[in-house]
Amino acid sequence: MTNNTELLRFTTAGSVDDGKSTLIGRLLYDSKSIYQDQYDQIKETSERRGEEGVNLALLTDGLKSEREQGITIDVAYRYFSTPKRKFIIADTPGHTQYTRNMVTGASTANVALILVDARHGVVDQTRRHAIIASLLQIPHIVVCINKMDLVDYSQEAYDKIQESFEGFAAKLDVKDVHFIPISALKGDNVVNRSDQTPWYEGPTLMYYLENVHIASDHNFIDQRFPVQFVIRPYSDEFHDFRGYAGRLAGGVMKKGDDVTLLPSGFTTKIKTIHGADGEQDEAFPPQSITIELEEDFDLSRGDMIVRANNQPEVTQDIDVMMCWFDNTKALKEKGKFALQHTTQNVRCVVKEIRYKLDINTLHRLQDDKEIKMNDIARVSLRVTKPLFIDSYRQNRITGSIILIDEVTNNTVAAGMII
Amino acid sequence: MDYNLSHIKELEAESIFIMREVAAQFERPALMFSGGKDSILMVHLAHKAFYPAKIPFPLLHVDTGHNFPETIAYRDSLVEKLGAKLIVGSVDEAIESGLVTEEKGFNASRNMLQIAVLLDALEKGKYDAALGGARRDEEKARAKERFFSHRDEFGQWDPKNQRPELWNLFNGRKNMGEHFRIFPISNWTELDVWQYLAAEEVELPSLYFAHERDVFEREGALLADCEFISKKSDEIVKKEMVRCRTIGDMTCTGVWRSTATTVEDIIEEIATTRMTERGGRTDDKRSETAMEDRKKEGYF
Repeated sequence: MTNNTELLRFTTAGSVDDGKSTLIGRLLYDSKSIYQDQYDQIKETSERRGEEGVNLALLTDGLKSEREQGITIDVAYRYFSTPKRKFIIADTPGHTQYTRNMVTGASTANVALILVDARHGVVDQTRRHAIIASLLQIPHIVVCINKMDLVDYSQEAYDKIQESFEGFAAKLDVKDVHFIPISALKGDNVVNRSDQTPWYEGPTLMYYLENVHIASDHNFIDQRFPVQFVIRPYSDEFHDFRGYAGRLAGGVMKKGDDVTLLPSGFTTKIKTIHGADGEQDEAFPPQSITIELEEDFDLSRGDMIVRANNQPEVTQDIDVMMCWFDNTKALKEKGKFALQHTTQNVRCVVKEIRYKLDINTLHRLQDDKEIKMNDIARVSLRVTKPLFIDSYRQNRITGSIILIDEVTNNTVAAGMII
Repeated sequence: MDYNLSHIKELEAESIFIMREVAAQFERPALMFSGGKDSILMVHLAHKAFYPAKIPFPLLHVDTGHNFPETIAYRDSLVEKLGAKLIVGSVDEAIESGLVTEEKGFNASRNMLQIAVLLDALEKGKYDAALGGARRDEEKARAKERFFSHRDEFGQWDPKNQRPELWNLFNGRKNMGEHFRIFPISNWTELDVWQYLAAEEVELPSLYFAHERDVFEREGALLADCEFISKKSDEIVKKEMVRCRTIGDMTCTGVWRSTATTVEDIIEEIATTRMTERGGRTDDKRSETAMEDRKKEGYF
């Protein structure tokens, strides 16, 4: 019950029947995050539907049509905490619009939970989830081999799945993969250690989530400060105050640092850093701060403050891995869109679709340039004015973009800069 | 290197980022203020986000006319302290002008009437973004809400067709006549709110602390006895030590048996309670999807 707990965001992915909702229900229930009135409500609903026992999966169904159809349509966010950490679950559905939802949940996650049914092993869906986790650079992956109770807690079944996943993951850009044999339904190795799996010596899922090292998931090396908003009080007390507000996207910023302003290229020093609790000597991601510079230059939203000797690439041509979200039309070459990158709003044209990625096999389909909803493709874009970019691998904030349809105003694609 | 933010400070940084994004992307934002702890938190965060400048948007209060008097007193003193601008949308006036019609009967509430009054106030003020203190942990329909939530020209929410939100990138583009609801504290839980308000020593309305009040029971919830609710013959008023866990209209906000007189007591109480905070809200109990139905029409 202290204030010094860390925040861990994780995403769950699984197909319709692999017990994802049950696992989330189990985490919430065993960590005592389900309230009595919520429990009573789902118990009553389970009984009315004639289901056996209390269906914990109902906890994650929010919308009327989801309850009617027994499916999850949209990303749902769930919260629970233990004395060590506070957790945010982005629960993403595994079927329709799966890529769109998974990518959305994955974009801010520290950890991806991938569920595998112990009876079926690694299937297409598992590979798809792993590819997306790798594309979105989720730092940690946990493969939960679920329904161990239905394979008699067999170590052989577990080993076979681990081997098969590792064989496939070798082709991916994933750093940290863990395997845990669980039964979400019975509770084995979720919060409490199971006595059915004496051959398993690793942590329970909850222990893993509470202890995985996430402090270095941000980039603390390359200073990047996109100017979000300029604060001018125009009051007697702060007559000449000109503060640049924003959220530090990378690096550690210290008072007195020599900095370069982009795009102008002027150099100056950091005079003061105002944080949420007043002045501070240094700032680090993901803090929201307001800074004053030694000298006043013309600097506004969309500009960036960086270290003189460590600058992002400044360019109008970017290459991205793009996930297409729009179900009303396909992505085409020469298409024009609004583009958001950090705090910049520009326009772009699709110069070239280089290839489509087969999301089950990782094959590059160079002859298939029909990019429809849920497809992932490598695309070259030309933008109307220079952006200050890093590769997504280096920085998830300065390396990501979204595309917006200028007629419907819908967000139609997400891109990771290569 | 060990640069670590506590979860509360990370949530604070996220909310401040969202508020600044609103100030940058919209022309006429307004902050919906109910006098409850979540909107008090919102005002506190907005103050930090733009310091040393003033909060660059007015507070908008939809006054049902059935408020706890303590709420109005608190609201007025806060507005004065911050030098903020206050806009009031009045349900009383809306009934008089015929914009809405009062519900009748024992469960009559002005809860639904607030929707039309809110939409009317947003339209009159030409507000293009309304910041609200709703949280995803409160209620199952709210769990699916975005930070930037698009509303069509009728103020309606289309939960099945929401814009995906990725990374730190928020798409606030819209057509004429449409607006956005913005929820900067989406990721906070009830406990986070209290821990933060305690740590920041924010002054709170007296209603949140245990006090003696005339109450009566209805469908398992405890309601404050007042002139706005007609009681049935078997509903007996008695004095009890209670406090509010949420503050809304007197007709639908349940009170809570409690002895918590300090913020620390409240945190302890919430950490051990087995009931959700909206468990006492009779407006949510009208049906299983009461919140979703109201939100689609333009509720907070």
